[in-house]
Amino acid sequence: MALIHDLAVQFAQMLVVLMLAPGLVGLVRKVKARLTRRRGASVVQPYRDLSRLIRKEVVLAENASWLFRVAPYLIFAATWVAAALVPTFATGLEFSWSADLIAIIALLASARFFLALAGMDVGTAFGGIGSSREVMIASLAEPAMLMIVFTLALIAGSTQLSTIAAFMNSPAVGLSVSLGLALVALVIVAVAENGRIPVDNPATHLELTMVHEAMVLEYSGRHLALIELAAALKLLLYTSLIACIFAPWDIAGPEAGLATIAIGAAAYVIKLAIGGALLAVFETAITKMRVFRVPQFIGAALMLGLLGTLLRFVSGGF
Amino acid sequence: MPNLAFDTAHLFAGGLVLASFMLLYQDRLTSLLNVYAVHALVLALAVAWQADIQNAPHLYVTAALAFGFKAIIIPLALRRIIERLGIHREIETVVGIGPTMLAGMALVALSMVVMLRVTTAAAPLAREDLAFALAVVLLGLLIMVTRRNAVSQVVGFMSLENGLILAAAGAKGMPLVVEISVAFSILIAFIVIGIFLFRIRERFDSVDLAALDQFRGERR
Repeated sequence: MALIHDLAVQFAQMLVVLMLAPGLVGLVRKVKARLTRRRGASVVQPYRDLSRLIRKEVVLAENASWLFRVAPYLIFAATWVAAALVPTFATGLEFSWSADLIAIIALLASARFFLALAGMDVGTAFGGIGSSREVMIASLAEPAMLMIVFTLALIAGSTQLSTIAAFMNSPAVGLSVSLGLALVALVIVAVAENGRIPVDNPATHLELTMVHEAMVLEYSGRHLALIELAAALKLLLYTSLIACIFAPWDIAGPEAGLATIAIGAAAYVIKLAIGGALLAVFETAITKMRVFRVPQFIGAALMLGLLGTLLRFVSGGF
Repeated sequence: MPNLAFDTAHLFAGGLVLASFMLLYQDRLTSLLNVYAVHALVLALAVAWQADIQNAPHLYVTAALAFGFKAIIIPLALRRIIERLGIHREIETVVGIGPTMLAGMALVALSMVVMLRVTTAAAPLAREDLAFALAVVLLGLLIMVTRRNAVSQVVGFMSLENGLILAAAGAKGMPLVVEISVAFSILIAFIVIGIFLFRIRERFDSVDLAALDQFRGERR
């Protein structure tokens, strides 16, 4: 019975993240437009874009290899599985017991690896520049993310997200400066990984600034739809990760009834909306930084993560 | 809430170390002074919390002194100095920010290792405070070493002194007289340094300390 329950929750979660991901992107765009006194496209515009893209014909470059055609599916699959592992509205996920936070990072890293390869595959200059920048950002963001994971694992005693969420919900957490450092570092990493404004601008096609857009410039049709959906899923994943670790209120536990799960789902949607609105406010308030300043920005995250781990060792030493 | 007293003390002391890192990270003089004010504010909070959990009312005086002198008067005075000197632009660092930060992390790790080994007999709270205080002192020294501008060296010196106050507040039983005399000696040191800044500027048209090295005939 427990297995069926967990499996049902798991599949519901996979569907929910897939359904909500474009909505989150639409919400962020809408709030940003309103903040800059534009009316902005409707919140459901990303859904319309995706359905349009899926129906369109794929145009392939003449020298595109098999990798170029396979990469969108790989990227989408890896990102979707990673998003399915983060507890969103309930913690009793069936797959969650087979993969922890480190596995999620590895899945995202392999998605990024294939995206960088695909960017270079056709041999255009833009793809190459986008890939090289993406890899530069990733090489700094990933160690920072691992330091955050170490901090959390030292505090909660596990890298298992369900366990961490349960621990954060219990009164045993207390007040810890390491957690605050981890939160700030995680926000910086999330901003960098999703290519949001201080690092990359998701709304531009100006060659000097783009990273993610440069890599996917050669894609069209359903391939582009899959990549866009994977990017939306990644944004949702990081938002849910922050919500699950630092705001795990009302998340339904394992073996929860339908009513608890419904409350958890409502709370999750509210958390996502708040996260999206905060992201939009943050992006409106600051400017894009030069590419060569990005290492300093992400270096701060790495430093905060390292500091968090060190401080945790002091108080954990007794 | 288990162990709230300990956790809050940890929070403030850790916040002080973090503020030291923010000092190390700044590349503008005005923002450096703002962060220094935050540094002193966190110190005042940490000391006031120690006063509360140790039942030591005289520590409240220390906290008030830290808040009044270091969080308000000294930053304002330094700000006036840099306005009169006309140097609120970038700080010249000796090495880049990246290596400096790495050196800072290494110093924090070093102070943790040293203090936790040495003070096994002390109470957990004092032990932790000492470890953080040593980290703040070492970071203050690092700021002084890696900056060439005299004003930012003053800020490094002041943050070093904040670390000493933190150590004194954590170790029980530092007399009030000592506290007050330390506070005033800092103020006097600050005045002397302020006068020297203007003398250095008059002499060399700059507060870059590399000019002093040349004056002494040192080779680079």
